Amino acid sequence: MKANIFNIQKFSVHDGPGIRTTVFFKGCPLKCLWCHNPESQNPKKEILYDINKCVLCGKCVEVCPQNAVRIENNVVLTDKNKCNHCGECVIYCIPGARQVAGKEYTVDEVLKEVIKDKVFYEHSNGGVTVSGGEPLIQIDFVEELLKKLKENNIHTAVDTCGTVNFENLQRVAPYTDVFLYDLKIMDDEKHKEFVGSSNKLILENLKRLSQIHNNINLRMIIVEGVNAEEKHIEETLKFIKDLGIKKINLLPYHDIAKHKYKKLNMFYEDHKMKKPTEEKMQAFKEMFESNNYNVKIGG
Amino acid sequence: MRGYTERTKKLREESASTQPSVSLERALLETEFYQKHYGTVETPVLRALNFKYLMENRKLYIGENELIIGEKSEGPQVVPTFPELCAHTIEDMTVMNERKYINFKVKDEDKVVQAEKILPYWESKSTRDRILASMTPEWKDCYAAGMFTEFMEQRAPGHTVADDKFYKKGFIEFKQEIEEAIEQLDFLYDAEAYNKKSQLEAMAISCDAIMIYGQRYAAYARELAEKETNLQRKKELLWIAGNCDVVPAHKPETYAQALQMYWFVHIGVTTETNTWDAFSPGRLDQYVYPFYEKELKAGELDYDKARELMECLFIKFNNQPAPPKVGITLKESGTYTDFANINTGGINPYTGENGVNDVSYIILDAMDEMRLLQPSSNVQISEKTPDEFLKRSVEISRKGWGQPAFYNTEELIQELLNAGKTLEDARFGGSSGCVETGCHGREAYVLTGYLNVPKIFELTMNNGFDKYTNKQIGLKTGKPEDFKSYEELYDAYMKQIEYMVNVKIRGNNVIEKIFATQMPTPFMSVLTTGCKESGKDYNAGGSKYNTRYIQIVGIGTITDCLSSIKYNVFDEKRFTMKELLLAIDANFEGYEMIHNLVLNHTPKYGNDNDYADDIMLDVFSNIRDNIRGRKTVCGGTYQIDMLPTTCHIYFGGVMTASANGRLKGKPVTDGISPEKGADTNGPTAVIKSCAKMDHTSTGGTLLNQKFTPSSIQGEEGLNNVSALIRSYFCMNGHHIQFNVVDRATLIEAQKNPEEHKDLIVRVAGYSDNFNNLEKALQDEIIDRTEQSFN
Repeated sequence: MKANIFNIQKFSVHDGPGIRTTVFFKGCPLKCLWCHNPESQNPKKEILYDINKCVLCGKCVEVCPQNAVRIENNVVLTDKNKCNHCGECVIYCIPGARQVAGKEYTVDEVLKEVIKDKVFYEHSNGGVTVSGGEPLIQIDFVEELLKKLKENNIHTAVDTCGTVNFENLQRVAPYTDVFLYDLKIMDDEKHKEFVGSSNKLILENLKRLSQIHNNINLRMIIVEGVNAEEKHIEETLKFIKDLGIKKINLLPYHDIAKHKYKKLNMFYEDHKMKKPTEEKMQAFKEMFESNNYNVKIGG
Repeated sequence: MRGYTERTKKLREESASTQPSVSLERALLETEFYQKHYGTVETPVLRALNFKYLMENRKLYIGENELIIGEKSEGPQVVPTFPELCAHTIEDMTVMNERKYINFKVKDEDKVVQAEKILPYWESKSTRDRILASMTPEWKDCYAAGMFTEFMEQRAPGHTVADDKFYKKGFIEFKQEIEEAIEQLDFLYDAEAYNKKSQLEAMAISCDAIMIYGQRYAAYARELAEKETNLQRKKELLWIAGNCDVVPAHKPETYAQALQMYWFVHIGVTTETNTWDAFSPGRLDQYVYPFYEKELKAGELDYDKARELMECLFIKFNNQPAPPKVGITLKESGTYTDFANINTGGINPYTGENGVNDVSYIILDAMDEMRLLQPSSNVQISEKTPDEFLKRSVEISRKGWGQPAFYNTEELIQELLNAGKTLEDARFGGSSGCVETGCHGREAYVLTGYLNVPKIFELTMNNGFDKYTNKQIGLKTGKPEDFKSYEELYDAYMKQIEYMVNVKIRGNNVIEKIFATQMPTPFMSVLTTGCKESGKDYNAGGSKYNTRYIQIVGIGTITDCLSSIKYNVFDEKRFTMKELLLAIDANFEGYEMIHNLVLNHTPKYGNDNDYADDIMLDVFSNIRDNIRGRKTVCGGTYQIDMLPTTCHIYFGGVMTASANGRLKGKPVTDGISPEKGADTNGPTAVIKSCAKMDHTSTGGTLLNQKFTPSSIQGEEGLNNVSALIRSYFCMNGHHIQFNVVDRATLIEAQKNPEEHKDLIVRVAGYSDNFNNLEKALQDEIIDRTEQSFN
């Protein structure tokens, strides 16, 4: 059994408590407008190509064993049908204009990598976070990984968007110490517009999950122009009233990921989104706090 | 202005804003003395009488607001010279006056004095001249090529750290004990009795010298008090006089006297010779706490007063720039800092229990407030250290100026035990200088010089030929393009290492003898256990333990060079050795593909990757086994340290490009840190890689980590940095230090130094003003990988 993983990030301190390693799985059912890991959306491997760095030297064309790369009209094009993501073109690209997103791992390979930092987890009350993309799409793999992490006494966190069969959440719940559950927009019409699907399943799953798991943190992205409104916060408060949420992270939108869209030849609709002001974030924080929630701005 | 009280604000301002300058007072007094007395007595006695003459005749200085008194020369930031060790030429003096960085003002009339009175006597007599005259042509070639440096070229052996002796006894008692030892000498059967007698007599004279110095200060303070019209200050001057009546002749009775005792001794050691790393109080909180506790209980002292006095002591350290260095010695240690070190926290040396006490926190508070280059403040973190103390230390450290650095108590003790010391002595251990380990008060642990390991590999790649001096200086170990395997290359490198270590140690052996016979230090011998008992000098192997260190530089660079060749040439066969050599020769110009492959697509040290880290382990064990355990000529043992001070800049400057993609002239790696830009897996991977070497078989290792301020904010930031430290230490890491300044600030400071006068950064085992660093070193600090918490 193998999974497609695009990054194993060590010393990750914004994805759950303490010092952690975050395993980013590729593939996501959602398509959030602000997604800061656009390379996570496609479940398959991809080539990232930075046209600004490319000097059109043609080395990638020359070294590709599959003859998948060609230059046309001063742009390097990769034939997706031929490319097997072997990475030769990446190694031989002098200006570093090419990257492969995604690598296949077995459960034991991931375990071997993340267990290297066990000493740091122990001293910081940290552990391993599975994230993505949506990790629970690759449920068999993730379940097996979490099980083995628990066998090794490693704290586990699952960062999920909630758009999965409830059964998947149920399967990992016994091996998950904390869920980092994304709640994006309460207004379903807006949710459809900005996320690409309805929020019904997300809300329902959250409710059901709260009945079988007692350590759920909410992660709420706040984007000006999308959901940076009191109404959104009020509705959230209403919805989560009896769910026993332990902690809420309010994550202000930023556009640091903009460059990645270009490399993936994806369109980034940044004109629709703005950073929320610090005052606004603070006000939202206080709204949650006045309802006795433990809230933090940032991860 | 920084300072807990008005007094320390003023004193600190004076210390921080005074331009360092040179005084010839000491040189003139010494020359006068030598002209009269040289040849009339045995050398140790001559040195002791010289010391006494200096202490009897030097000018005294009590600054307007001072409570702790005594200066190495006429006032703050004035440095004496030591012509018996290094007789500066007029050109040297012109250079130190005019150079852009680390300059010292030298008066024109003093240059005349140097030319007419000092140089005619000392030329060719100073140890510097004698050393250079005694070295072999091979040594000189290698020295000129930057294969190694020589610590004793301009300065005396040092690295001495105080233990608790002089807080428990005064110099009257030390003198009595020495006199008793003289009486017990066996002139009938002990062939060394006469030499021992000279040495012990010299030690007794040096006790007189320091006591006379204290008495002179008592009298001077009274004289000033008589003239003083301000009643408060008059009272203070009489209080100072009262302290000087007690110390150094008697053991201190109060907290203030304990600090003053230390300071008199510090001035004594740094007057006797220009010891490397001055002198250090070591575990000050452990020794001074009983005085603090006693007075606190009696209602005679409170936190405020104790804190003010501690700050007064800190300012005293900062008033003493390192003696002016020139040439290669300046390059290996380009700083005003003289490396006096305070080790705070750790364990109680008497009981082995947690040693953190109220004075530990007073030292942290003073450190935080003063933000001075000197003393170099560090903390020892033991498994027993409370989190509160660790966090308070991290809180200060993350303010970005590099202090305190963090040391691992259990690992320090294990290092000392592995080197054959008793547990009792090891508990009195700590670090001094940058990261070097020793048993305080009972060991002479002397640094002898840095070894340019990446350049030894460069020689291997050129069949022993040096392209910097255009000379064959290494062994002819074969042309690398003829090597059939990685192992052949590695064998050749091991031969070059062995040869170079031997050239260095052969030189060391001569230098050690020169100091043993011609430059004894009887005062330092009084302070060091073993010298009285053996009747031998500190510089002649008299201490209970004697260690000579060779400092290894550039393990990151050499590891990546070997990994690059193993991976690219032999495993993956991406290019041939010949092509690589051509690329290196061309500084990779026109060889961009090879440069890309070695730089970006090769396993590197610092990523918790066994391919590269296993090579590091081979390199590390090989160097260590070449040096560790070898005997020195005065009965000591060789050990290694992994630290650079500023030498990695100099060493890189004498090198061609290297196989890992490092360009010609660029710095090699510092301490045990990975090559800049090579560590792409974050700080935990760096720490894991670094922890793979056996730190406990060294005398200290140095690890720099740089963080952006935003990445370690808040309570979580404190917890995470603390956890990093605890994790590294539980894997037996020796030392870690942090620079927390963002890149943008450093670049801006380089452009507008005037606006960033107060910017202090961590360099190697010490912090320095960013403005005092030469440009190459500034660039190097900017380039150190910035680890961000995500």
